[in-house]
Order: sequence, then C-alpha cells, then structure tokens
Amino acid sequence: MNPEWIWGLIGGLLIGLGAAVYLLGNGRIMGASGILGGLVDGSGKSEAKERLAFIAGVIVMPLLLKPLIAPQAATHLTSDLAVVIIAGLLVGIGTRIANGCTSGHGVCGISRFSLRGMVATVFYILAGGITLVLFRHVWGLI
Amino acid sequence: MRVLIALIAGSLFGTGLLVSGMTDTTKVQGWLDVFGNWDPTLAFVMGGAILPMLIAWRLTQSRKPLSGGNFPVPPKPEMDRRLIFGSVLFGMGWGLAGLCPGPAMASLSYGGFEGLVFLVAMMAGMFAAPKVGAQLDRIANAT
Repeated sequence: MNPEWIWGLIGGLLIGLGAAVYLLGNGRIMGASGILGGLVDGSGKSEAKERLAFIAGVIVMPLLLKPLIAPQAATHLTSDLAVVIIAGLLVGIGTRIANGCTSGHGVCGISRFSLRGMVATVFYILAGGITLVLFRHVWGLI
Repeated sequence: MRVLIALIAGSLFGTGLLVSGMTDTTKVQGWLDVFGNWDPTLAFVMGGAILPMLIAWRLTQSRKPLSGGNFPVPPKPEMDRRLIFGSVLFGMGWGLAGLCPGPAMASLSYGGFEGLVFLVAMMAGMFAAPKVGAQLDRIANAT
C-alpha cells in the first residue's frame, strides 16, 4: 500500500480520536467551522475559552511537530489571491449556513449515521468535484 | 477541565491533519479531481477518522460527558434548503482552493501569506453568513 495512504489512515485515526475526546469529554460535536464560526459571529460567546483552547491546539501542534515529522509539508495553496479570497468566502458562508463542514457533518455526522451529515457530505463533495473539474479541465482557470 | 479537554482534542485534530496530509491542497484537490491523477488519500483519512467516532457514539448511549451536562441530541432528519445550499457553496470553495476550515487553521503557521488571506476571507464569510442565510430565506419565501 502507498505510504501516503497509511499516513492518511493514521492521521485520520488521530482526527477521529480528537473528535471522540471532545464528544466524550465535553459532550460536544467537534466541528471546525462551528467552533471557529461561533467565535466570529458571537453566537458561542459563553464557551469562548474552550473554543479558543481547541483552536490553539489545532494551530500550535502542527507548528511544533512539522519540523519533526513532516518538514517537507506544504499547503501548495494557489497564489492567485482572487481565487483564495472567493474560495475562503464560499467556505465561510457555506459551512455556517449548512451548520457544518468536513469534520462536523463528515466525521461526526457519518459516524452517527446522521442523514443530515450524509446528505451534506454528498453535496459538498459533488459541488467540490464539479467545481474543480469545470475550473481546471473545462475552463482552465485554476 | 472543559478547556483542557478542548485543548487535547484540538491538539489531536491538528496533529491528525498534519500527519494525514490534509493540510496539502494538492491531496484534497487530487481526491476531488476524478479526471486528473486521482489520489485516494482523503478516503483513508475519512475512514480512519470515522472508526474512533463509531465507538465514541456507542459509548454515549450508556454514560454522560466527563465534564457534566448531556450529549447532543440527534437533529431531526430534515433536509432543509440551508443544509443543501450551504453545503454546495462550501463544496465550491473547497474545490477551488482545496482547503476546508480545519486545515485552514492547522496550516496557519506554514501556509504563507495566501493561507492567512484564506483564513481571513473564511472568517469574513462566517461573519456574513447569518445575514446571507436570512436573505436566502426571504428570497425562498417570496417565491
């Protein structure tokens, strides 16, 4: 098996373990967009501290571990700022309107056999695939 | 206690995102791009992440959260237009850039200027989302 797939599986298990700790410990669904979004729009003010602690962990661990375990890791994000800004706005608006993203609807929803989580996941994967194919292969814009 | 648990959960999540390669947009776009050089990594990440959560959801049936309170009740299995419309918008942005909210935060320390711009734009979108959602409801109710 391709080693990148094995690292994907190991990383995935860690992501799921984080979600399990958050659920069994705090009784909350680990959704990245919900945790950050609740801080941005003020709806999660009462749990601001635990939201900030979660985000601190998400940002600081890759900062500390990257030199040790993945020194070559890079985002390879496009340098086309128009695409970056439009994509960022779409992700921010979309995940909050849908009330979840890849972690909340995807990981936590599917593992609960939640119909909403599964439907959301099907729609964002289809929309992502169609958008990418159109912009990359049909129009050649990205 | 709640803050410490959140820090541990976030640390595991951030480590998992780095280890799995999901902070690399070429891996995400490589999975979405079925007409390109298809990369199945994302499916392994998703599968790996769902496994511990299958056990965790099972455990919620017989106990309470460690720090008190109750577990979240399942949402009504309703498909509303916000779920569909929002997921489509999210998917379009995800396909364009290859970043979703978790990796956008996790790669902040090495995502460069573009990564920071993405995160700021995403947070602006989150700030605007309640207004956009209300506007969407108005349009839908008028037609």
